[in-house]
Amino acid sequence: MLTRADGRRSSTEISGGVHTPRPHDSAHKHVTGTAEYIDDMMVPAGTLHAYLGLSERAHADITSMDLDAVRAAPGVVEVLTAADILHNDISPTHRDDEPVLADGVCEFYGQPIFAVIAETREAARHASMLAKVEYADKPHKTDVIDAMEADYPHVTDPLKLERGNAQDALGSAPNRLKSEMRIGGQDHFYLESHIALAVPGEDDEVTVYSSTQHPTEVQHMVAAVTNAPSNAVTVIARRMGGGFGGKETQGNQFAAIAAVAAKRLNRAVKIRPDRDDDMIATGKRHDFHIAFDVGFDDDGRIEGLEALLAARCGFSSDLSGPVTDRAMFHVDNCYYLPNVLLQSRPMKTNTVSNTAFRGFGGPQGLLCGERIIEEIAYALGKDPLQVRKANFYGLGERNLTPYHQTVEDNIIARIVGELEASSDYHARRKAIVEFNRTSRVIRKGIALTPVKFGISFTATWYNQAGSLVHVYQDGSIHLNHGGTEMGQGLNTKVAQVVAEEFQVDLETIRITATSTGKVPNTSATAASTGSDLNGMAAANACQQIKTRLVAFACEHFGVPENQVAFVPNHVRVGNQLIAFPDFIKKAYMARIQLSAAGFYKTPKIHWDRAKGQGRPFFYYAYGAAVSEVSIDTLTGENQVDRVDILQDVGNSLNPAIDMGQVQGAFVQGMGWLTTEELWWDENGRLRTHAPSTYKIPLASDKPKEFNVTLAGWSTNKERTIRRSKAVGEPPFMLANSVLEALSMATASVAGYRICPRLDAPATPERILMAVERLKAER
Amino acid sequence: MPAAVRNELRFMLNGDVMRIEGASPTLTLLDFLRLERLLTGTKEGCAEGDCGACTVLVGRVGPNGLIYETVNACIRFMASLDGCHIVTIENLADANGALHPVQKAMVDCHGSQCGFCTPGIVMSLYSLWLDAPDADGPRIEKTLQGNLCRCTGYEPILDAARAVGKISNSEDKLNATRTDVMRELSALLDGSRLEMQSEAGLSIVPASVDDLAKVLEQHPEATVVAGATDVGLWVTKHMRAIAPAVFVGNLTELQTIEEDEDGLTIGAGVTYTHAYEALSRCFPTMSVLWDRIGGEQVRNMGTIGGNIANGSPIGDTPPPFIALGARLTLQKGKRTRTIDLEDFFIDYGKQDREPGEFVRSIYVPKPNKGDRFAVYKISKRRDEDISAVCAAFRISLDKAGTVTNARLAFGGMAATPKRANAVENALIGQPWDESTVETAVALFERDFAPLTDWRASAEYRMLTTKNLLRRFYLESQGEAVQVVRHPETMAEA
Repeated sequence: MLTRADGRRSSTEISGGVHTPRPHDSAHKHVTGTAEYIDDMMVPAGTLHAYLGLSERAHADITSMDLDAVRAAPGVVEVLTAADILHNDISPTHRDDEPVLADGVCEFYGQPIFAVIAETREAARHASMLAKVEYADKPHKTDVIDAMEADYPHVTDPLKLERGNAQDALGSAPNRLKSEMRIGGQDHFYLESHIALAVPGEDDEVTVYSSTQHPTEVQHMVAAVTNAPSNAVTVIARRMGGGFGGKETQGNQFAAIAAVAAKRLNRAVKIRPDRDDDMIATGKRHDFHIAFDVGFDDDGRIEGLEALLAARCGFSSDLSGPVTDRAMFHVDNCYYLPNVLLQSRPMKTNTVSNTAFRGFGGPQGLLCGERIIEEIAYALGKDPLQVRKANFYGLGERNLTPYHQTVEDNIIARIVGELEASSDYHARRKAIVEFNRTSRVIRKGIALTPVKFGISFTATWYNQAGSLVHVYQDGSIHLNHGGTEMGQGLNTKVAQVVAEEFQVDLETIRITATSTGKVPNTSATAASTGSDLNGMAAANACQQIKTRLVAFACEHFGVPENQVAFVPNHVRVGNQLIAFPDFIKKAYMARIQLSAAGFYKTPKIHWDRAKGQGRPFFYYAYGAAVSEVSIDTLTGENQVDRVDILQDVGNSLNPAIDMGQVQGAFVQGMGWLTTEELWWDENGRLRTHAPSTYKIPLASDKPKEFNVTLAGWSTNKERTIRRSKAVGEPPFMLANSVLEALSMATASVAGYRICPRLDAPATPERILMAVERLKAER
Repeated sequence: MPAAVRNELRFMLNGDVMRIEGASPTLTLLDFLRLERLLTGTKEGCAEGDCGACTVLVGRVGPNGLIYETVNACIRFMASLDGCHIVTIENLADANGALHPVQKAMVDCHGSQCGFCTPGIVMSLYSLWLDAPDADGPRIEKTLQGNLCRCTGYEPILDAARAVGKISNSEDKLNATRTDVMRELSALLDGSRLEMQSEAGLSIVPASVDDLAKVLEQHPEATVVAGATDVGLWVTKHMRAIAPAVFVGNLTELQTIEEDEDGLTIGAGVTYTHAYEALSRCFPTMSVLWDRIGGEQVRNMGTIGGNIANGSPIGDTPPPFIALGARLTLQKGKRTRTIDLEDFFIDYGKQDREPGEFVRSIYVPKPNKGDRFAVYKISKRRDEDISAVCAAFRISLDKAGTVTNARLAFGGMAATPKRANAVENALIGQPWDESTVETAVALFERDFAPLTDWRASAEYRMLTTKNLLRRFYLESQGEAVQVVRHPETMAEA
């Protein structure tokens, strides 16, 4: 703490400026249980509670719905069905394919079909079990391949990316192989389930407290379902107990129900599903099936590639268009593909509509690229790292992506080179091969995989942000911006930006809840862009105020502009040092506007989807990881022994928060590729819908030795906020190294001659079955 | 003499003594804290005891004084807290707001991101710090098995646990008030039976085992609730009514472990945590399994008697106990009877327990000298997961190396915990060598026809079952054949 003993703030250094490892702004509240989540809020008198009734068929006409017993249950005030919802669609892309409550037909097992409103949550929940629903079953498909075979439709238009002539290159390449892979989905498992609290106001007004990453979209949905203009709806989000993409669109459903009920009954209504219902009724990461045909030379250098990426999108489009697009944008990863044809198939299935999840399709596309490299390496009997290096994008040449964006900021060779050395990759790989030669049951594997991840929303108009900054007469600062806090430390970083702009201690700045009433027309906090966009917008607001303050100082003190400087906790005017609050007070007395709305839009980006060409990304974030694993070839049990990571975060706004993002993303990615399995039964019912059946990593699953380094030398080539880079999603994909290391350990049972083709997640069962398959083939 | 009856539940909540009447048998500690006391620091993450966001400490006076343990408030029923001291996250920081050392370490090490799991994690680390401030990595990981964090990847949380280990716990509030709290709690407990009537039915906390026997004779249809790690979910997930409910967690007579030369007699109310020391001493290879049952909170609540009595085909205690030849003692009224544990499990959902009868104790004989015994658990995630297969092996060899006795028991392979008789017969009388094992494994197909579900396919269950016998053999030959995260904590077979 730099406040001096006399209570005055330091004039030589601010506390909590940019590039400092400040703790999360709410950390002291997290650890004391005083950080307020929506379910912790004091509610208005008479607040009611809503609960959803879910369908019990994967695909059926709802022939009758007898809700008499539900209505008659103790404490029940109201029961809503599709007929009660004026505009029964919450499709984020306005396709009219996603009803709030199913209307006559249910398209997945667990689809909301009615909502009970009661005096208590328990009463609503009890009542929700009393419905008598009759169905006329229709055929259902939950699996993506089954859906393709049954000619299920696409939920949205597929994308084609093409450059060069893949067909010709495949024909002429010295080597060619075809393969396929299944990649599982993933539940977000944010610790705080979805929740919304709607408080009715005057006329058509309603205020909704929502656990959402996208308050503006919730505002639009609530406006639509309550038949009100957007200006009647205020959506407020102070913090989420985790989001990871699961609260980008999926909160709409709950906010819509709460708002409709609140307006209808003129009482506040809260809705919070049980964990199981949250997992059953809200979307997840898309499962993919990928199939590819690749031609390559004897060094493993790719000459031509055709790949088809099919995704289990669920019953509606939701964000499946942009998710499958982003998968396509990341098949290349760090590798130059001279002749390439990529196609997506966003398949409709009778499952919950899949949605955004950290990486947003990128991880699945990137994994496709990595599997291609791995297959080539096994085909040629090479270390996959060698093949990777042979295919890296070049500097100034071999640098055009399949979507015709030039890679201008390529640092992957340096990242990988440094990591190879610091992790002692080659010596360890040799030792592992030696270990495997003599170990009968336990086998080890090691893999180094790189990541290049494109930063920007591919929906170009999303790349804008607003902020609102007030300086009060005592010099304290109120900060508001359009981003949402879900644990990623966005508010802390943006506050650091403001502290740096005004040169005041971070403690001077009050972070306030995101509200559509303060900053309008916000974009989802997603695509890793939170601090890039909102940090810039906040800086812009500060600069507007500073410009006015400088002009004021020049006039008031009669000095030229270059004699006015914002120095730590003070403003220097000529040779006078004025404490920041004193200076602000003077400005106020001189009637200077001390408030500003900031704005930012990302420059340089453009994207023509029909042509499959453009510059969708402002820049790329890079990283690489080396993972070492052990497997038990009798059971498939395994563990991650050691992981080394080198991650590029540009010039980090907050190295402590960025470190947390890298560690957390990696472990989450590891869970996706190992123990987290979504399992549907023959009735199309998801059976892994609670932590008892769906297994995310524990403390005892984290890499036993976990060395994470931020590339301190890196800086963003583009003019981002303080030359930092996005960090939320890129490190998630570093976990590909775990899957490939497991694959190597498996391959050892057949002398590394056969690519094990492990599907994801590589559960103990998949590993053991692959071991058996390889033993039989060797 | 019939026990006196009282109608108010008495306990301490942080610094206050509380007396409440008419609590529903299904009222959970979490709902009581959040909805009735407005103590919202404790969170609901899953309502099934698997995520730990609701972790609080419960202190109870037992034979070894006042012991505080972590529990999952989401599945802990209020009626089971008679005479207990509940300590929540709100009790940690100073009255003037200064952070507790555990909280401070979590802030300093960046141990929170979204913060929703954090109060529960703080409570688990607090419990560890009170108990073993100098805990090492394996112990910290074990403490956190029941706490999910989706944001941090756990590394900074482990850093916090190590950092706070350097600070003495002697001046901690709970240590400082131990004597006062003990006196307070002892004064609340008057030796009477607790009976609470509510709209949702009757809750009974018997005064003694004799009293329990009487209560169950009077209410043979009653739900007997021990640790509530299973019954809790009937309520939170299936909204089932459980009244009349009889809570037995306070019966110290059911919490005894008696050891003699031949074996252990474990009271039905002994928790996993309580049993750990004796079991891992007498059956060293069991400690690995024990560390993998539930998370710490579940092990602090769940009882061995409950795990057996609920008859689950995937309970983790029956296979090793059956392999060891355990016998179960049941009581009804004043009459007790003792049966082989394996005979208790009749069919799926059907056990040899009459209405009004309860599990009193289990006797687990020690293996003969020279016997080999091991138990293996296969699950998708190593810790805090339910078994796909749980396999226990015990063989006796004569001097010539011939198998004289074999007991192989399995969970997850049939509708009940079940022995592999055909495989056992193929081993007995044969030399203990690879060829005997290879001949025997094929016979698992005769013993079992497992199911496919979300935990594992039938093929995987069968294959691992075979391979676990192979593992058991290889380990008997001294070969290291398991992936072990912390080799230093492994017991000798």
